[in-house]
Amino acid sequence: MSRADDKPVAARPTDGTPIVDVRGATVAYDGRPVLTDVDLRVSAGEVVAILGPNGSGKSTLVKAILGLAPLVTGSVALFGETGSGIRRHRHRIGYVPQRLGAGSGVPATVGEVVASGRLARRGLRLPRRADRDPVARAIAAVGLAERTHDPVSALSGGQQQRVLIARALAAEPDLLVLDEPTAGVDAASQDAFADVLRAFAAGGGTVLLVAHELGPLQSLVTRAVVIHSGRITHDGAVPDPTGYHALPGHDHVHPHARNDRTGFWGPDW
Amino acid sequence: MQRALIGALITGLIAPALGIYLVQRRMALIGDGIGHIALTGVGLGLLTGGAPVLTAVVVAAVGAVAVELVRQRGGASGDIALALLFYGGISGGVFLVALSAGRTNANLTSYLFGSPLTTTRTDLVVMAVLGGLVLAVTQLLRPWLFAICHDEEYARVAGLPVRALNLLLAVTTAVTVTVAMRAVGLLLVSALMVVPVATAQLVTRGFRSTMYLAMTIGVLASALGVGIAGVYDTAPGATIILVAIAAFALLATGLGVVRGWRRRHPVAAA
Repeated sequence: MSRADDKPVAARPTDGTPIVDVRGATVAYDGRPVLTDVDLRVSAGEVVAILGPNGSGKSTLVKAILGLAPLVTGSVALFGETGSGIRRHRHRIGYVPQRLGAGSGVPATVGEVVASGRLARRGLRLPRRADRDPVARAIAAVGLAERTHDPVSALSGGQQQRVLIARALAAEPDLLVLDEPTAGVDAASQDAFADVLRAFAAGGGTVLLVAHELGPLQSLVTRAVVIHSGRITHDGAVPDPTGYHALPGHDHVHPHARNDRTGFWGPDW
Repeated sequence: MQRALIGALITGLIAPALGIYLVQRRMALIGDGIGHIALTGVGLGLLTGGAPVLTAVVVAAVGAVAVELVRQRGGASGDIALALLFYGGISGGVFLVALSAGRTNANLTSYLFGSPLTTTRTDLVVMAVLGGLVLAVTQLLRPWLFAICHDEEYARVAGLPVRALNLLLAVTTAVTVTVAMRAVGLLLVSALMVVPVATAQLVTRGFRSTMYLAMTIGVLASALGVGIAGVYDTAPGATIILVAIAAFALLATGLGVVRGWRRRHPVAAA
């Protein structure tokens, strides 16, 4: 069941079921709300950017959608299913975390890491041609084909980030969820991301990405959601950078600003 | 002597095959803790007249699952919980072994530091069967175990059976510890899980190649260790570990020399 079969570019699922449907979601850490009463619906084919200052709750929203942060109230539906029903659709989600997790005590090649992304589709059977090809294609798509047998630790930060995108693509997902994919990444890798996401969206894929700044991704984002202090303050067209910073409720707090204590200790954090 | 060698070879093969996952997860010393817990199982076996190996497998598996639950919960109190488990385990073991009538401390030492020369035919059969299980799990499920040890959060999002795999890895660790008990002992088993992996990854680039090289190093160190112990009449378990550590030190030093030379002579190296 490749994407081309069950979701052609021209014809969206006719019932109009949203890919992501968050209703009244509240997430709290240690009793302190990080996300309050958030509603978000993402339809097939959309490229949605979740924007907001550091600590606004945008990464938490993504974690809640992925089932990594427990909801206090509200619900999350993916592909029209909630709770344990989501499990049947997990292989359709490609998740790109901010950076590689702690588990890198042993060297691993680019090929090995990307192949681990294919397991979601593979089930408990031996890899076939139909598994190896998408892995190779995903590595090529992010421009790392000649680095397949190199250890991930030998790559630059931006290249490592591209490995994580390739790992997500290897499962041939319908929904890509990216958490700050371009944060601290070199320009070449940012452009590579933009190309990969453009191709993915052109193939009918749905994208949800968290960003502090969009950079070269701006042109392919179809809708922007701005989060501030755990609430959605804007949902619609992509605000231009100055406009987004000028939005009501945006404190314009930067880590290097003199008043950054507001951001650190205030409700913002 | 022959049985000692076979038992050591089995241990040298499977300990790194399992240990690589623990190293990958940066939990290299967890095998040591499970070894501590297994001693309670040995004590129970001696006290009840059962087979110490079997009770050790059961108690170590229960302990490993408890360790896994502590790990999942995380938090600052995790270390304390592990300390309670590990030292409770080894104290319980010493206590029970002492209680069992007619047993001496020499017996305890043989479980703590290994006594491959006393390996019976039955021991060997048990080791081979359990070792085969460990080998099957670590080799056949390598992609899945790699995935959960490499990036557990990603594996969960992708819908892999993370919890089941974690428990399987915990139980397999317990089985490995018990298999290694006869050859290198409960206090040294962790070294054979970790040191060959550390040695291999000095020169390897990928996970699979690291695993195979570590298993090779484990087997060679075991064979050489048993051989040296036979010639010089030293403790086989400790000798095996010393050989493994010597291999690490030699390779690390050799690589350091080569790389330093290449830095000073960049043209010749190219």
